[in-house]
Amino acid sequence: MSILLNLAAGLIFGLGLVISGMANPAKVLNFLDVTGSWDPSLAFVMLGAIAVTAMGFRLVLRRPKPLLEQSFQLPGQSSIDGPLVFGSAVFGFGWGLFGFCPGPAITSLGLAATSTLVFVPMMLIGIAAAAVIRKRLGS
Amino acid sequence: MGGALIGVSAVLLHYSSGRIAGVSGIIRRLIVPSSDSKPELALAFIVGLIAAPFVWTAATGSAVVQSVSENLPLAAVAGLLVGFGAAFGGGCTSGHGVCGLSRLSKRSLVATIVFMSVAALTVFVSRHIIGGGA
Repeated sequence: MSILLNLAAGLIFGLGLVISGMANPAKVLNFLDVTGSWDPSLAFVMLGAIAVTAMGFRLVLRRPKPLLEQSFQLPGQSSIDGPLVFGSAVFGFGWGLFGFCPGPAITSLGLAATSTLVFVPMMLIGIAAAAVIRKRLGS
Repeated sequence: MGGALIGVSAVLLHYSSGRIAGVSGIIRRLIVPSSDSKPELALAFIVGLIAAPFVWTAATGSAVVQSVSENLPLAAVAGLLVGFGAAFGGGCTSGHGVCGLSRLSKRSLVATIVFMSVAALTVFVSRHIIGGGA
């Protein structure tokens, strides 16, 4: 049951990316190009996602626990620290260079553009490296 | 419409598993598993993501429109930066940008402002300064 619901969540998420154009790096780069060929439509996609999520989370968190698990796993940290800012800046740099963030890159795997097939393995290496370094730093 | 679906997915995941739909975090749970990371659930989510364009094409009969740079060295560097940065900063567009902002997390607000500004600045420099206004 858990497996099926996670599969469904991934599928719905991926369809959202496909329909909104988030899975198209050219469109994402135009969204980021505020002073040039600015395409603001993705801002509405993000706002739409946030509006639905904010309302949904509020309802869900009224429940004592999730449907299939013992507890909600919410990020516990609240401090704004160096790794948060540094990591986000590095991520933003990579996103601006190519137009892929992690979800759209994975969703695009099956479309099999050669550069996607280069991007994704390198992204996995980056994620693993960051996880290892953060563990060493004890955070 | 697409944005609402992303929200529905985030709520569904949170309602059923109690977890945050942050894609970089979900990938990390699969490739760097820990005692409570439930890699099999992370894998199911990722399979769903990968299946999405095929389901879309099967349902609508139209191909997914996508235009990706063919610059492979750029893809390699950008991939590494995106993966490292998102995992080091504790989230990407979905985890910080959608779920975090929905929860009014201050950390996520800072992260989202930082990565959106750096991404926009990167596009500005590469298109209008280096690229000569193309």
